[in-house]
Amino acid sequence: MNLTKTLLASTALTVAAGAVAAQEMTDSMTLVSWGGAYQESQQKAYVEPYLEDNPDVSVSWDESSAEAVARLRAMNEAGNITWDLVDVVAADAMRLCDEGLAMEYDPEDLLAEAPDGTSAEDDFGDMIVSDCFIPQIVYSTAFGYRTDMVPEGADAPDEICDVWDLETYPGKRSLEKRPINNMEWALYCDGVAKDEIYDVLATEEGQDQALAKLDEIKDDVIWWSAGADTPQLLADGEIFMGSTYNGRLFSVIEEQDQPVGMMWDMQVFDLDGWIIPEGLEEPALNRVKDFLMFATDTQRLADQAAYISYGPARQSSAPLVGQHATLGIDMAPHMPTDPENAENTLLYNYEFWADYRDDIDAKFQAWLAQ
Amino acid sequence: MTDATGADKFTGPTPDNALRQADAESGPVLAADGTPLKKSLGRALRMQKIRALALIAPLLIFVLVSFIAPIADMLFRSVENQIVSETLPRTTEALGSWDGEGMPSEDVFEAAYYDIFIAAENRIHTRLGSRLNYELTGASSLFRRSGRGLDDIGEVYQDQFEDLDENWDEARPWAEIMGSEDWIAAQEEWDAADEEGGMPRFQLREGAATAFPNAAQAYLTFARFTQTEDEDSPLEEEPWSMVHTALYQDLAAEDYASYDGPRAGMVQAADELVASPDFQTVTFADGFAEIDEDWATPEIWQTIKLYSPNYTSGYFLNAVDMQLTPDGAEARDADEQIYLFLFKRTLFMSLVITFSCIALGYPVAFLLSNLPMRTANVLMILVLLPFWTSLLVRTSAWKVMLQQQGVINDVLVWLGLVADDSRLVMINNQFGTIVAMTHILLPFMILPMYSVMSTIPPSYLRAAKSLGATNWTAFWRVYFPQSIPGIGAGSILVFILSIGYYITPEIVGGTTGTFISNRIAYHISTSLNWGLAAALGSILLVVVLLLYWAYDRIVGIDNVKLG
Repeated sequence: MNLTKTLLASTALTVAAGAVAAQEMTDSMTLVSWGGAYQESQQKAYVEPYLEDNPDVSVSWDESSAEAVARLRAMNEAGNITWDLVDVVAADAMRLCDEGLAMEYDPEDLLAEAPDGTSAEDDFGDMIVSDCFIPQIVYSTAFGYRTDMVPEGADAPDEICDVWDLETYPGKRSLEKRPINNMEWALYCDGVAKDEIYDVLATEEGQDQALAKLDEIKDDVIWWSAGADTPQLLADGEIFMGSTYNGRLFSVIEEQDQPVGMMWDMQVFDLDGWIIPEGLEEPALNRVKDFLMFATDTQRLADQAAYISYGPARQSSAPLVGQHATLGIDMAPHMPTDPENAENTLLYNYEFWADYRDDIDAKFQAWLAQ
Repeated sequence: MTDATGADKFTGPTPDNALRQADAESGPVLAADGTPLKKSLGRALRMQKIRALALIAPLLIFVLVSFIAPIADMLFRSVENQIVSETLPRTTEALGSWDGEGMPSEDVFEAAYYDIFIAAENRIHTRLGSRLNYELTGASSLFRRSGRGLDDIGEVYQDQFEDLDENWDEARPWAEIMGSEDWIAAQEEWDAADEEGGMPRFQLREGAATAFPNAAQAYLTFARFTQTEDEDSPLEEEPWSMVHTALYQDLAAEDYASYDGPRAGMVQAADELVASPDFQTVTFADGFAEIDEDWATPEIWQTIKLYSPNYTSGYFLNAVDMQLTPDGAEARDADEQIYLFLFKRTLFMSLVITFSCIALGYPVAFLLSNLPMRTANVLMILVLLPFWTSLLVRTSAWKVMLQQQGVINDVLVWLGLVADDSRLVMINNQFGTIVAMTHILLPFMILPMYSVMSTIPPSYLRAAKSLGATNWTAFWRVYFPQSIPGIGAGSILVFILSIGYYITPEIVGGTTGTFISNRIAYHISTSLNWGLAAALGSILLVVVLLLYWAYDRIVGIDNVKLG
């Protein structure tokens, strides 16, 4: 372990040496993340090892990722950026890039190569969905269900349309209080082919069709707005099944040992990663670059999976994913990207939702309020 | 009745006019140091005023900075719309003469080409896209794509010029054609010195602007941008494809056979090429349609025209379920109307919450003010204890209490009052919001009521009873009227607090128990439509002020006592 670390560090250093070594860097960094288990995984997997190599540096956390876009915009207007590196979902990264609040970067410059020499750009591949977005993990929105509430004689739910099957699986469901994901699932279960979902959803009729499908279960749905809601509702037995982020479900199932099962069918992949705020001072930027080179390398991203069940965004990290740090179970089968789990999936359509978010959300909220 | 400002009603000296009369009779009264008393008095008073002002200055400044300024800013944001005309100055001007029917003319496309090209170099075109996307779905990606796609138009010309003479793709010849000799010399010196900052500002050559009306302007924009934004030398950077497009326009419009500026041969050859029938051209309209067919529909242009003015009523119209259209304001589709409904619901639920607070708080306050001090203090702590607990904790506690597998339902099932499979739904609806918010806001009702009630002398009630009133009459005719100021104060506090409440409805409100503030929060933090959020907030502010005014008219604000 130590050897690989030193090796990796030295490769990173040789790549970075010319560019960064001589430059002036600040000694403190403010990182922005989501708090909770996810931030903890970042702390353990890359911040602590980084601080070990750079004992002079101090890192402080700000748990503001949920409102990062609004906060960054306000900071920008006030002309005083106090954050150095911000963890956001890819859709927010795209918006920050559009608004000119995040810095565009060059993957070749900023990110380390894979150990086998594959360039960072190829190693991350399609995950770099925006010129400002530095991917870290793949997560997904999937369903969890109470195993002890499955009616006798019925199989455990294993496809998305079971959410609509109130006869076989009575009980409440929880869905996120926004159109994204729900509209796609509704159309899919209303017989729309997977690759036509967004074409249909772009039309008025398609939106009405999706809402009509959601109408079928509207009375049995509890709408959540915080990622912790579904796990709580499941643990309390309030609902039979509900959607949330797969890492939250992992912690309910494995860490809290609740009678909850995973339903991976039609899980929606999404990405989470860093952005560098636009307008950082040179020394702060140099520190951030130095940190990023380390924090997004192959080993670090693989390490993170030992603390939380989100898949590393680098292809080269996947084979290195090991066991959970405290539970000692293999993490690979709990990754959303595991082939067994990823038989039928959907990828968050960033471009579509950037365009249609406001429009469909207005309809969706009006429909909810009816 | 005395009236200090009215005409004097007395003819003799009164305290009011003695001084004036003395003045008139025997010249100014003097103070001990010989200055007129009036002046000396005025000075002393002025000093006092300044001292008083200095004392309240910190508070005044605090209120101005933290309260008045944000509200003014919010009001301003709800109508402010400069982003369109700032990002697309030429286009908005060109659209001014367009009647909105059919497609706009080539002039508009030309203006849009230059505007969006420059905006894309500044990376602000996507911002405009997000802004327009609130009004026209798809504008966001349209602008994102176009920022890159516009190069296709310029490259048509760039490639042909380049094929003719490679110098057209070099930085140096361009700089010589456009830049003044002094500037080139200064820039060369600066480049050689390899220092940072203080780059000599690009200057157009005399005569360049008349020889190349379009290209000189385009090159000037490019050179200044390169110097300030990229901090590169224009002598080393080849110009944008936009400059080539501008050059083509100049060459096509005029004859350059007599051009005798720098690089005359190169310019004349290009002029001949443009005049030759083989030269390929593309209209701006076609170029735009090539990038995205949405540019070939009138909608996007209508939207840009509609939002060209620096101030717009669009946000306010959106906030009342209407929209701005070329034909004026129109109601939104029925399936998109939500805000008026939410305003009504917010007002209704706030009233319900206020009344339940009165109903629950009044007996408690009565009890508190009539019990012996020691017991009252213990009870007071019980009232205040939840007040000191975190709002989130209290709200979450209600979740545990009210949910279907929660404490209340469990008790009811255990008692046999409710069947296990038909447990009551008491949360994630209006009921849940009303219960949780009544509980949270109750102290705001009890405290002012208590402070008013404790000043009502118990002897009044005893007196009423001794005069033959029943318990009820004594309470209703004697005690209650005196406690009204407390109810008034509590009601205003609770009502105004609840009208802007957001966390509790978000957590326990489900879909039927959410308030308008939840939508405001959504537009601030998620959709980033701050203009709409500001408009909704302004309306809410006006509603509160109106209600306050109505309250003053009906009950009288003098009748409110906080203690």
